[in-house]
Amino acid sequence: MEDRPQIGYSKKVMEHFMNPRNVGDVENADGIGTVGNPVCGDLMQVSIRVENDVITEIKFKTFGCGSAIATASMVTEMAKGKHIDEALKITRQDVADELEGLPPVKMHCSNLAADALHEAIKDYRAKREGKKEAIEEPAR
Amino acid sequence: MVYLDHASSVPVDPRALAFAGRYLKEEYANPSSLYALGLSAKQAVEEARARVAALVHAETPSTIVFTGSATESNNLAVRGTALRNRKKGKSILVSAIEHVSVLNPARDLQKQGFDLGFVPVDRYGVVDLVFLEENLAPETTVVSVHYANDEIGTVEPIREAAAIVHEKGAYLHVNATAAAGRIPIDVQEDGIDLLTLSGNDLGGPRGAGALYIGPGVKVQTVMPGGGQEKGLRSGTENVFAIAGMGEAARIAAMEMEDEMAREKAIRDRLIEEVLTIEESYLTGHPDFRLPNHASFRFSRIEGESILLNLDTFFGIQVATGSACTSRTLEPSHVLIAIGLKHEEAHGSVVMSLGRSNSTEDVPLVGRAMKETVMRLRSISPL
Ligand code: FES
Repeated sequence: MEDRPQIGYSKKVMEHFMNPRNVGDVENADGIGTVGNPVCGDLMQVSIRVENDVITEIKFKTFGCGSAIATASMVTEMAKGKHIDEALKITRQDVADELEGLPPVKMHCSNLAADALHEAIKDYRAKREGKKEAIEEPAR
Repeated sequence: MVYLDHASSVPVDPRALAFAGRYLKEEYANPSSLYALGLSAKQAVEEARARVAALVHAETPSTIVFTGSATESNNLAVRGTALRNRKKGKSILVSAIEHVSVLNPARDLQKQGFDLGFVPVDRYGVVDLVFLEENLAPETTVVSVHYANDEIGTVEPIREAAAIVHEKGAYLHVNATAAAGRIPIDVQEDGIDLLTLSGNDLGGPRGAGALYIGPGVKVQTVMPGGGQEKGLRSGTENVFAIAGMGEAARIAAMEMEDEMAREKAIRDRLIEEVLTIEESYLTGHPDFRLPNHASFRFSRIEGESILLNLDTFFGIQVATGSACTSRTLEPSHVLIAIGLKHEEAHGSVVMSLGRSNSTEDVPLVGRAMKETVMRLRSISPL
């Protein structure tokens, strides 16, 4: 299988792979983001609890490679305690930088993790809007 | 450490290395030189040729051409045969699960105007002989079907394929990189016209390959130069690697039966052990498979993470056909050809055994595999 080279990961990536932070599902989450990667068919899920627009709890699950696990772990670390507006600004590059680099072919994994986080925040906002409307409507 | 990736590289046999070493240190001359030192290097190459020929039961040592690698042999076989015989026709057929070093030269020929057909395989990876028969045209010059697949371990019905191919006057090329030294190969009885061998897969040093070219088979060089190896593969012979390959071939011919019985017994227990894991499946053929080879897929988890987990936590080296380990992020063409869905192909694990493995590895690998699958499934959203 000489056509399928192994990929060199940084120490930081391996550290997060071996010891991922925030694995699982936030119970009764305020927002859930699930994204799939069309290229290699992987799946990433991030769930969040939000209080006063601040992410107080965040967890992930992934069906993906070592780098998918590491980037998801990293993105949860980075987003925890952040205001949702700030968390929305976390980019794939930020995650890769925090991990001391990713092999080029693996860059889309960090994309996946960041995307799932953004989706979770959008989901939270949509639910909140929905709730607001539900509360406000009868008053109208 | 438990090394279970012999399909990708075999550690060099210390006996082959010791044997070959003197062609680096003492008898280092160019085999084309006419002084005594050159002649002894030449003799080493010829001795290796005879040993390689004996391993595959070739008619004469002169049917063996040394190359630099199996990739080179495959290129010479596919390109050299198609080009040399293009007067007969410009049609070639290769099985869908060939190695890239067969597929890519074939695709290259297609760009040059050759007709290229892919022979499909069933869900075990066995080539479709009916398709082969129906799609062999009078214009077909070369058909390439490997002896055994290095990713799913399936051994192909080579004799049956050869009969069909010869019926239409075409040549059969067989890449035996994964099979040689593991199962008996008899090019004459099998009806093989061209056979690719790899030195390091036999336990020789890297840097030598061989191509058996049956008597009367017409091939042209794809690399003209100084005319070494009957003009088919120019370039100063890598005497060290060739001598090592010869010694490895001699050892393989001598010890294959016992060694493979030993490895097969370990392998069978390994399969039994691994398949106790829920939602785990054997890939490739359950019976017609290399004796040292086991391949699996696991639902809901991904192969690269399995590989990393086994390596970092247990010191076990395996391979995977997962998309996430390829440069292109495409899943293995082999797993797709046997009908696996994208997500199924994703959870593939390949274990290939060698001399260093023992029965003691079985419970170790079994436990490691169980813990790995459990851990990754607990992270999986599926
Ligand atoms: S999830 Fe497929 S490459 Fe990372």
